[in-house]
Amino acid sequence: MKKPVTQVTLKNGMKIMLKEIHTAPIISSWIWYRVGSRDEPTGKTGISHWTEHMMFKGTKKFPSKVLDKAISRDGGRWNASTSRDSTRYYETMPADKIDLALHLESDRMQNSIFDKKEVESERTVIISEREGSENEPTFRLSEAVQHAAFRVHPYHHEIIGDKADLRSITRDDLYNHYRTYYVPGNAVLSIAGDFETKSMLKRIRDLYEPIPSGPKPTRLIRPEPEQHGELRLAVEGPGETAFTQIAYRFPNATHSDYFPLQVLESLLNGASGLSYKTARLYRALVDREFAVDVSGWSEATIDPYLYRITITHRPDRKPEKAVAVLDDEIKKLQDDLVPDEEIQRAVKQARAVFAYGSENITHQAFWMGYTEMFSDYSWYTNYLKKLAKVTPKDVQRVAQIYFQPRSRVIGSYVPKGKGA
Amino acid sequence: MAKFIAKPVKSSLPSPEDVLEVQLSNGITILARSNFNSPAISFGGYLPAGAIFESDEKLGLADFVATSLMRGTQTRTFDAIYNELESVGASLGFDSGVHNTNFGGRALVEDLPLLLELLAESLQTPTFPADEVERLRTQLLTGLALREQDTSDMADLIFEQMLYDVHPYGRPGDGYIETIRSITRKDMKEFHRRHFGPRGMVLAIVGAIHPKKAVEEVERYLGSWQVSGQKEAPPLPPLKPIRKTKKRHHTIKGKAQSDLIVGVIGPTRKSPDFMAASLGNSVLGQFGMMGRIGDVVRERSGLAYYAYSSLHAGTGPGSWEVIAGVNPANVGRALGLIEKELSRFVKSGVTKEELADSQANYVGRLPLSLESNNGVIGAILNIHRYDLGMDYYQRYESLVRSVTRDDVAAVARKYIDLERLVIATAGP
Repeated sequence: MKKPVTQVTLKNGMKIMLKEIHTAPIISSWIWYRVGSRDEPTGKTGISHWTEHMMFKGTKKFPSKVLDKAISRDGGRWNASTSRDSTRYYETMPADKIDLALHLESDRMQNSIFDKKEVESERTVIISEREGSENEPTFRLSEAVQHAAFRVHPYHHEIIGDKADLRSITRDDLYNHYRTYYVPGNAVLSIAGDFETKSMLKRIRDLYEPIPSGPKPTRLIRPEPEQHGELRLAVEGPGETAFTQIAYRFPNATHSDYFPLQVLESLLNGASGLSYKTARLYRALVDREFAVDVSGWSEATIDPYLYRITITHRPDRKPEKAVAVLDDEIKKLQDDLVPDEEIQRAVKQARAVFAYGSENITHQAFWMGYTEMFSDYSWYTNYLKKLAKVTPKDVQRVAQIYFQPRSRVIGSYVPKGKGA
Repeated sequence: MAKFIAKPVKSSLPSPEDVLEVQLSNGITILARSNFNSPAISFGGYLPAGAIFESDEKLGLADFVATSLMRGTQTRTFDAIYNELESVGASLGFDSGVHNTNFGGRALVEDLPLLLELLAESLQTPTFPADEVERLRTQLLTGLALREQDTSDMADLIFEQMLYDVHPYGRPGDGYIETIRSITRKDMKEFHRRHFGPRGMVLAIVGAIHPKKAVEEVERYLGSWQVSGQKEAPPLPPLKPIRKTKKRHHTIKGKAQSDLIVGVIGPTRKSPDFMAASLGNSVLGQFGMMGRIGDVVRERSGLAYYAYSSLHAGTGPGSWEVIAGVNPANVGRALGLIEKELSRFVKSGVTKEELADSQANYVGRLPLSLESNNGVIGAILNIHRYDLGMDYYQRYESLVRSVTRDDVAAVARKYIDLERLVIATAGP
């Protein structure tokens, strides 16, 4: 029988989420901080991601190489990532070795060094990471579309940050960022795997409860004003393949329209993680030879964000024609009710994707903490139920509200050939 | 270390006791293992219909055929095949390598019959419909146009050309623009007729089903497949030795980053050198944050976001490579650091502590790498393909621990010659 998730808040405000899974001798531990690229003012873009890199540079107790070696020697896997809304670190370890992860995360929440020399060396590593992305036409396009879509809200910049800021951010900027946001009251620890809740919770209390709560950080809030009219832009670059990205505005993940939009997205572009060759846009654009590929994705976010559709164009067709075909498909969703079977299909697809995910303990610990960053764990456990409740009328209504040209951004990547 | 949560270790490692191996009368080998932890099932496998059968003029043919198998069969259209799959959240796909055409699929266990039916149909009765082939050709050509703009892909392509020369491993599996243009439907049908068949096919299946039942299901859909005159693959030709360091740059204008690969020929997977080379490679460019290479190029010099080494060992001679992505202005500096590390590796091998770290990592990480159905499928397919024995994971720890510093030093010297490196770079 599945054990429920245990959720506890420590005295210092840190939230703990524990889920016992005894299928393999593995435990995955994730620590989440409520800080991401959305918290970065102009001049400090990329600082959350850079701070994440610096967290691997060690503490007095766990100098960087000691840390890395200790985890790897035990056969563990660890990494971190920064999103728009949060920064998260994980260790997945053989069950009898998890104490190392708990210990090191409690230590580096308070005692990371941020050595000046390490900051400088990491500056060029991150610039190199950005340059690797800049090699991709779709990154350049996507970044430009995002900039156009958010003039005011800090979702306007890429998580990696702008080069100007990556060149000017100082060690003290990074350290201040760390001290401000890396406090227990701003953190969530989510752990899944082969443990006993009672003894795990005791160990967590021993390690984390003594950490002073500190002042609760305030988050940057700058709501994006309504868009009045379609925005169009072009990015030129090397290559021979043209791309178009169309961005529509989607509501935040806890909005009541979020689930009808998930169904709609599934109809247009297929379910996340599955092939999408019978999704409406693939059939209309690729099967009918207006494009080589079309894909789309949205994100579950705290504030309204984007649903983006990217078209890879055929060399023998005009990009405008493909966009016109896309518009026809969207009009169909606005004019006609979708058959109930299409909704049932989206639900079944989601059920399968959930089943594949349950093979993996790291994945299960991820979802507990991830949903906590923009909602709570019930968002995940109720997902299939909420999807199943969506009606054809809901889909039509959200198609009419959210898919209006006046609130979208259309970006074109214009290839200038090999000599560009 | 606190023992508060230590529990008896569960065996998640495949073994002769829990992997059922059966050969059907038509030659298909089935490997089956159950996992009732999730209501899903996965399979993966291969059959010996790879790029080794292609002529130079038709490079990319095996790949084109593999990606066309689901574009239409005698009973279903492309859209019907994917509609069945996607409606139940299942997936199925094919690709190809030098030796084999590979396949993989997964579904909720209730949909296994459908998945097997589509696998059997795609393998046995593809029709290569003309309109679908042309649509796919445009997609492949776009993929090749994007490859030409990708610094990592192009560095890899010219690296393999220099390393393997005229050997089949030196040819790109996705072909070239002119070869993809020249491939006809007739070529595809002919390739399928000659090389697709049950002999030599291996299928591993893992999921919420008893192994015996899984074998019965596979046999129901593939047991009657018979093909006469299935052609044997030609033996791999000998490799031309590299006499002195080869270096080539491929220019791609307008790029912000260059990719570089420095490498040599490595051992085959069956070679007795494999485990020592693999552990040596771990120290060189994998362990922790990418071993010594990561430490020197990324951590200490701040030159790259990724810098690591990689050992590719398969049926024939493999490659042993160091890979990094750096600012175009830093290519020379990065290459200098990499060559210095290679020289240290060859001259002094690895320390006792470094070797022990990597050995502990290899043993400790097993439960993680074998946690998902696909992880187990990959492991048991490798066991079968390279004759490692189904008790491989029971012997694994002693295989790993028996490698000595001398063994690593010997393979480093045997394979890495600083005077005979292959160096490929791509960027502005």
